This record gives sequence, structure tokens and C-alpha cells, in this order.
Amino acid sequence: MPTLTIDGEEIEVEAGLTVLQACELAGKEIPRFCYHERLSVAGNCRMCLVEMERAPKPIASCAMPVGEGMVIKTDSELVKRAREGVMEFLLINHPLDCPICDQGGECDLQDQAMGYGMDKSRFVENKRAVKDKYLGPLVSTIMTRCIHCTRCIRFAQEVAGVPELGATGRGEHMEVGTYVEKALSSEMSGNIVDLCPVGALTSKPYAFTARSWELKKTESIDVLDAVGCNIRIDTRGSEVMRILPRNNDDVNEEWISDKTRHACDGLKRQRLDQPYLRKNGKLVAADWPEVLTAVAGRMNAADGKIGAIAGDLADCEAMTAMMDLMAATGSSNIDCRQDGGAFGDTRASYIFNSTIAGIEDADAVLLIGTNPRWEAPVLNARIRKRYLRGGVAAGLIGPELDLTYDLAHLGDGPSALDDLLASKGDFANVLKQASKPMIIIGSGALARDDGAGLLAKARQLAEKIGAVSDDWNGFNVLQRAASRVGGLDLGFVPKNKSSLDTAGIIAAAGRGKLDVVYLLGADEIDTRAMGDAFVIYQGHHGDVGAHRADAILPGAAYTEKNATYVNTEGRVQRAALAAFPVGEAREDWAIIRALSDTMGKKLPYDSLLDVRRRMADINPLFASPDETSIAPWGNVGDAGTTNDTAFEYPIHNFYMTDVISRASEIMAECTAVALGDNYSATGTNG
Amino acid sequence: MLKDSDRIFTNLYGYHDPYLAGAKSRGDWDGTKKLIEMGRDAIIEDVKDSGLRGRGGAGFSTGLKWSFMPKESDGRPHYLVVNADEGEPGTCKDREIMRHDPHKLIEGCLVASFAMGAHVAYIYVRGEFYREIEALQRAVDEAYDAGLIGKNACGSGYDFSLHIHRGSGAYICGEETALIESLEGKKGQPRLKPPFPANSGLYGCPTTVNNVESIAVVPTILRRGKDWFANLGRANNTGTKLFNISGHVEQPCTIEEEMSIPLKDLIEKHAGGVRGGWDNLLAIIPGGASVPCLPKGICDTVLMDFDSLREQQSGLGTAAIMVMDKSTDIVAAIARLSSFYKHESCGQCTPCREGTGWMSRMMSRMVTGNATVEEIDLLEQVTRQVEGHTICALGDAAAWPIQGLIRHFRPEMEARIDRAKKHAVAA
Repeated sequence: MPTLTIDGEEIEVEAGLTVLQACELAGKEIPRFCYHERLSVAGNCRMCLVEMERAPKPIASCAMPVGEGMVIKTDSELVKRAREGVMEFLLINHPLDCPICDQGGECDLQDQAMGYGMDKSRFVENKRAVKDKYLGPLVSTIMTRCIHCTRCIRFAQEVAGVPELGATGRGEHMEVGTYVEKALSSEMSGNIVDLCPVGALTSKPYAFTARSWELKKTESIDVLDAVGCNIRIDTRGSEVMRILPRNNDDVNEEWISDKTRHACDGLKRQRLDQPYLRKNGKLVAADWPEVLTAVAGRMNAADGKIGAIAGDLADCEAMTAMMDLMAATGSSNIDCRQDGGAFGDTRASYIFNSTIAGIEDADAVLLIGTNPRWEAPVLNARIRKRYLRGGVAAGLIGPELDLTYDLAHLGDGPSALDDLLASKGDFANVLKQASKPMIIIGSGALARDDGAGLLAKARQLAEKIGAVSDDWNGFNVLQRAASRVGGLDLGFVPKNKSSLDTAGIIAAAGRGKLDVVYLLGADEIDTRAMGDAFVIYQGHHGDVGAHRADAILPGAAYTEKNATYVNTEGRVQRAALAAFPVGEAREDWAIIRALSDTMGKKLPYDSLLDVRRRMADINPLFASPDETSIAPWGNVGDAGTTNDTAFEYPIHNFYMTDVISRASEIMAECTAVALGDNYSATGTNG
Repeated sequence: MLKDSDRIFTNLYGYHDPYLAGAKSRGDWDGTKKLIEMGRDAIIEDVKDSGLRGRGGAGFSTGLKWSFMPKESDGRPHYLVVNADEGEPGTCKDREIMRHDPHKLIEGCLVASFAMGAHVAYIYVRGEFYREIEALQRAVDEAYDAGLIGKNACGSGYDFSLHIHRGSGAYICGEETALIESLEGKKGQPRLKPPFPANSGLYGCPTTVNNVESIAVVPTILRRGKDWFANLGRANNTGTKLFNISGHVEQPCTIEEEMSIPLKDLIEKHAGGVRGGWDNLLAIIPGGASVPCLPKGICDTVLMDFDSLREQQSGLGTAAIMVMDKSTDIVAAIARLSSFYKHESCGQCTPCREGTGWMSRMMSRMVTGNATVEEIDLLEQVTRQVEGHTICALGDAAAWPIQGLIRHFRPEMEARIDRAKKHAVAA
């Protein structure tokens, strides 16, 4: 551990750190633009210069590794002059357009100019102007503001794995761009807006809508996939203006996908803002007492011939209340799995046991029937991060994919899994020799008819290659529904053999065997197959579920309630209310609680705390949020049978997977750009 | 004056056959096997003791640089890269070696590579040197065919292969780490140091980058002995050197001379003197475009070597001497250099990217006097803000000529501003 002297104080730091990191540990703030903890070191902005004894000139602290006995000065006259000089250079060609710049108020250049800038400009020549670039529907560019820190280039290259950005031209003609004009082909492109220290890259959808200081910031959780990215929701009044990532090294580091970031305009469209009842074949607006009375009547009259399906965005509080209400009606036909995905007896059979941060320890990764780039982009970036460090082999069973890292393609269907079980092929050897191998089986694979068989085989393989030991569990299920692990933890599944699952409920309703079907935000099912059953839809968007419904109970979206979600690793996380539900809509558990009262089967909780206490009673895991715990390994069971049809990835359009993103105009635009034949708007659009 | 018998480059002007037969008759490839049999350490010691300093401009001890290479390979290959991207304005010495004495360079590559444990060497040649590359390639082919390089080079048991790579004309690719980037196929931008190339250079492997002249003189040093080389010139500035004399002289030329020869002697003896006589001299840039100019007063006595020129706040650089007589518009001359650096800045780091443009624009106003006297001070400050704050030395190179101008010719700049002001009032 080298010892340095920083501004006269001795400090011992870990070897391998940079001088900049050591200075931070010593409590010295070093200004910087190009340096970023999660990107490679570029050392090009020269803002972090410090004085080092025996060095003839100031050194770039971000790029200099610490050494024993270094004497560093961060507050000398030389350092001050160097930083002021660099700041002046950065400003001479930077436009003075802060009043109309979206970065204003959260701009690194603005902030640091307060500390190191001069009070007036000495530059009397003409300023540089740079042509703006097209980077897709999410990132707006004002390239004249660019200070060439290359953070965006390094992000695209390293984290996103799409080497599409670069610098062309030399000297003051250097420009950052894609060279051939095209949208970035990354699901994480929005992060370059956060990384840009100035206003060169700003959010296109958010452009000119708000100033950062007028926004209320609420720390919350994303639900559009099962990663549970930590987010910050910025609201003005009742409107969600933007969503930004929040740092959590265990989950999303500080990245979020474009869907997480930009689907929030879907929260303003297609919303269910008041109760509806179907009268004479038409949905008619109603008030709460009326609709609750009608629904309660139907449910009581059904005499247990009820089924309930929870959708992918359902929160644990609502599912708890729903479960209790269903029990009160005497029905056990409940399911939180719209796709009917298989799961085993133990918790370890449906969570991502290695944890997301654990990916960085793995030395072999096998993907089975999953496209993590679309099902969990941030998790895929973690695999890429591991890949870049070297010493990891990755294999894929399923149709070939570009996941931004090298993959051995082992086959399209389950027979490739049989081969691995039989120790056939090179990759079987790779897995066997790995000390921390990972198997990641996708939710799409488990939803197949032979899902249970695949699950059993995957678990068998995990045991065979030694992926499960006391300190490492390399068996992972990559869920993609935010509600799934929470629902399974609560037991929101058919209770016994005679209970109906999702497919059973729909089929029974179609045959007239069920009188009432309660959809708790369930839209990704065949809603037309439910025959004449009385369908109750509780949710926040007017999607297919609401179209079929006979009664609509308007609920709250994830930004509008204090709710609990469990991510694919089994991490219990709390989303927070950032804006109140629209119109007459209410928090979901409260709706069910009110309904139970009307039905005369009042549930025993009156507050959110009561519900959470009930959740912890059902499963003690809910008492310790933000943690993951090791799930005990159980019996594998018999190997099921599998058929050898090729895997099909469950997501066909990354940008539209749920009611919120389907309602989003921005996601529609992204879809057109990413999947459309030609992306440039023509004719009447252009 | 250097005796003819002490010349290393005996076919500098191409009067004789530049290829293998001619080269052998001049003593190249004579006992190369024996040189290799000296052993790695002995070669490096000899080069160190000879006092050879890098001929590319920085003047760092060549032997010392070689000694930074790992003694044992850790599994990674070692590389020698020869910097033949001769782009410094006024410099034209390496091209003479490549087209007229290519075997000196090739033999040097073999010996130097052996000394550093490199089995592969690259010569990165400036793309504009079309004919030079042809000549060099022909010489390389000859050497391969004659078994001088390739497997079991010169019968020494050492395998050595040599490749020529063409650059594309960017000045910055003459900077050693930018050259490595360019050689790897990337955009030519200097790397951060540390790590230095000797630890992590070409393809992340230990690499030494040397100038053509530094490598080409090595076999002769080893053959004639380190003492012979060390006894030429002054202490710490030893050996012979190729000087390029251009500008307002009677006979511009490239000449091999002893280090530390007085500048005035050099010009009068080899270049026929300054146009119109020594008294017609205004200033001399002694080491290529990036070193500060010297006024006549200093040129009268200064010696042409690293230390003497540094004492005068200039530098030997590549020893490209640009002579300007009194007909020269010195402000315009330096402004032209500023515009060169603005054009050649790679754009990677802030002070150079923004500073070269700013300095160039101010300089172009200084030419017409469209400025204020205070702006001369501002210009000086801007050069200080660039100098020493950049990743590579291009920032320094852009700053120094202007500093030299202000140091020695400030009255001329002020007079010009005054004239312009009076002219404006009169009009």
C-alpha cells in the first residue's frame, strides 16, 4: 500500500489507484470533465492537473497511478493557474448559451467555471460552430457545445458495446459523431446524455420542457423489466418530466435502458382515470361506489368461480391484497405468471442466484433461450463488462444473436442442452473447467410447453458442472416481469392441483366454468378467449385488458404509488410515489381493500404499513428490503422431457413490452427507427 | 571540420550505388554477425558510452532508452519501431538516409532489435516519401534475399523480420505514441504516459521507438568503437550529426558534421554563407519549426548542440537550420508556423486543440498589426497556458516559436501595431 503526501497530509492508499482517486480519498476535490469512474481513462481534458514533486510539469491526476512517496499538491499557485488556463481554453469556443441550454443548472462546465473561470473573456476571435449530428430519436445534439471529452465515445465503445461513435477531424476541427449518419443501435444510448458534462448531448424528448431546479426528485425503482434499476423520477406537479438512473453498484451501476428512461411519456397517454362499467355493451364512466357495488355483487354471486391473474407490473402490496381477497371468496385460482413460466419447489429455481454483481466473478456464462440484450439490457452490459476484463467464455443456446460480446453458438434448440449434459462439445469442457460457471435460463424458455423439463435439465447441468457450491450458485433464471419474483415469493400461484393457472383460468372462462375473471394489470394474455365471464380490469392503462373488461378499476402506475417489487435476483426494493395517481385512480392495494369492504369480506389492514406487515408474515424476505439472500438449493427432481423446437426469444420489440411503453410515443418512434425499414421520416411525416 | 574519414553517411548525396553491392563496398554489413555476438548488454553499454543522443529532437540517450526494455520477455514479443515519419518543417535528413544509404538503417534495425530482444521491427515511413519507400523496400528485399535479415539473420542464429509501414501524412504521427496508435490502425493520437512504450507500446507489448538517424549510426559506432564516437563533439554532445540548412543561404544543403560546430562556421563553410553576407542575417531557427528562433547576436557564437542551444532557450531539435535574412517578415514567418500547428494539432487534449487556434489567430493579426500592445502579453500568457499542459509535446512545439518571437522581436511587433494604428487614424 503506497503512502502519498497530498497537500502536506500523508495518506496510505491501495496500489493501482490513480492520483485523482487518492486525492478524493484525502478529501481533495479535483475538477474533471473527461474522467469517469466507469469508463476508461482518456486524460484529454487536462482539468485534473496537479503538481507532483520532481515532475517538470503538472501531471494529469486521472491517468497517473499512485506511487510510493509521491508528493502531490492540489492547491498550489501552479495548479490553480493550470486549471484556470484549461478552463479558459474550454470556454473560448463554448457558446455562451446557458440560458437556452437544457444542461443549465446541472452542467459540469457551468459549475466548474464558477471555481476556475475568469470574470470576462479575453478571446476576441470568432468562435467555432459545429454542425449538429443525428444520433436517433432520444439524443439531441448541439455539437458547438462539445468539449471533446470523449465520454460518449468511450461509453458506446466500452459499456454499450456499439463502437459507433468516434471523433473525426483534427485539432479544432475534431468532431464527435457517427461518421455515417445513423441512430445509435444501442438500447442504452440515453446514458450518454447523463455522461455528457456539457449540453452537447441532451435528451430529445425532454428538450425545453423543464429546468432541473423546478423538478421534484423522487428516488424509486423501475418496473419495465425485472432488473429493478434504481431510478430517480423527476416530476413537476403531477407530471413525470424525466427518469434518470440512480447509482446502485449491485444492480444497475449507474446505467438504465432507453425504455426505462424514455417510456415515461406513456404515463400521460391512454390512462384510466376513472372507473367504468360496461352497460349495453359499452363502457360507461361510473363513480367508485357504483362500480365497487357492481363488482362486489358479481364476485359474491360467483361463489368461488373466480380467477385472478396478476400482470407483469403488479406490485407486491396489490398482489397480497388480491391473494387475501381471493382466499376470502374461496377461490384458489390465482396466478402471477401471464406466460405460465415454469418454476420449481425452491426459491433458487426462479431467481438469479449469482446476483447481478456476481456476474463479475463468473468465468463461464451459458445463456439458454434468452436475449439479455432486450430482456435486461443493464444486466447484459454487466456481462459485457465481465467479458471486457477477459478470461470468460460465453455460450448461447438459441437462435444467433449479437449481444455485444463474443458468444459460442451451441445450437438453436434444447438438444444443445442435452449435448452439454452428455459432456459433448468444447463448451461442455469450458463449463466443467470453470470455477464459477453461470447458467442463465430465460423466462421465454421456461414459458414453453416443455418449460418444466428445460428447468430440470438446466438445474441438472448446473449440478453436473459444479455451478452450485457453498459460496457460489451459478444457476440463474433471468425473469423479465417486475412482478414475477415477488408474486412467486408471495405464493400468487395456483395453490393445489385443482386450482387453475393462467391458461386454465382463461380456458375455463371461455368454457363458462368461471363467472368472474379479475385482471390485476394483466394485458399480455389472450383477452378475447374469456367467453362471457365478467372481467374486472384493475390497472392504469387502456390496453387490451381494459378493452375486454366489464368493469374497470383505475389503479396507479409505478410512479404513483409506494410499492414493493422484487427483482430477478430476489432483491426486495421499494418504489416511491413521485406523483399522485391521475383523476379518480387510486393505489392498487387500497382499491382491493375497498372492494373487500363492499363485499362484506373486509381485509384486515388499513394502512400501507399493515399490508407490509402482512407481506412479511407471508414471507419474511419482505421485511428486509434492498438485500439479496442466498436461496437454499433444493431437489432437482426428475429430468423432464423436452422437445427440440428452436427457442424463440420472448421479446420481438424491445421498445414495446408493456402497457406503459406501448402507450409511449417516444417508444413508437424508437421502434420505427430500430425496426422500421427506413428510419428517415418521409412524405407527410417529414 | 569533420574529417572525411570520420563520416558515417558516405553516400549522403546518392553519388554511389545505394543498394547492397554499393553499401557493402562502403563497409555496411561488414561483420554484422560479430556485432551480434557482442551480446545484448555489451551493445547497449557501448551505445550508452558512445554518448549517442536521440536524433529525433528530444535528445534522450539512445542507450539508456534501450536499457528500459525488459531484459527477459514475459511472454509478450518486443518490438523496435523506427520513426521515419520525418515531418518537422525544415528537416530532410532521414529521407537522405532512406533513399541513399538504406542498408545503414536496415543493419541498424537488426543490431538494435537484437539488443532489445525484438524479433520484429517496423519502419513507419511518412507516406509522402514515395520514392524513399521504394528504395527502402528494395533494400529490405535485398537484405532478405541475401540472408542478412529474416530467419537466422547474418548467420547469427537470430530471427529478425522487418516491415515497412506507410503513414498518411499527419505531423502528429511523428510523436512516438501517436505513431504506435497509427501503426495499430487507429487514429493518430498520442497516448498518455505512463505507461511508457518500453512497458506497453505497440499492441501492448514492450516497444522502443527510435529515429532513423539514431538507428542508422549504431552499426558504425559499434564497428569503429564507442570512444571514436564519444571523442567527436563536446562532452554530453558527442558524435556526428546530419544538419539541414535551408532558407536564405547561398547553397542550402544537408551535411554531416561534428556535433558542437559553431552555427556560423556551419553556415559559412557548407552553405556558402547567408545571402548578402553574415551581417544581412536577421534570425535563425536552429532545430526545426518547433524551437524558438535566435537573433543574429546569439547566432554569432552559439554552438550547434543540445546543451548550448538549450542555454539560449532554444533547442537542437532535428538540427534543421532555417536561415532568415533581413528581407524576412519574421512575424509572418512565425505566424505561418502557428498556422501549421493549428492544422496539425490532433485535437485530443484541450490546451493544444483550443490554444493552437487561438494563438494562430492572434499571430495572424500581429502580422498586420491589427492588435493592441497588451495583446502581445496575452499571446505570451496563452503560450504559457499551453506549454507543459498537454499530453504530448506538440503543444510545447506550438508555443515555443511564438515565445522566441516575443523574446527577441517584441519591438518589431509593437512597431507594427503602432504603424497600423497611425495608418488607421490617417485614413
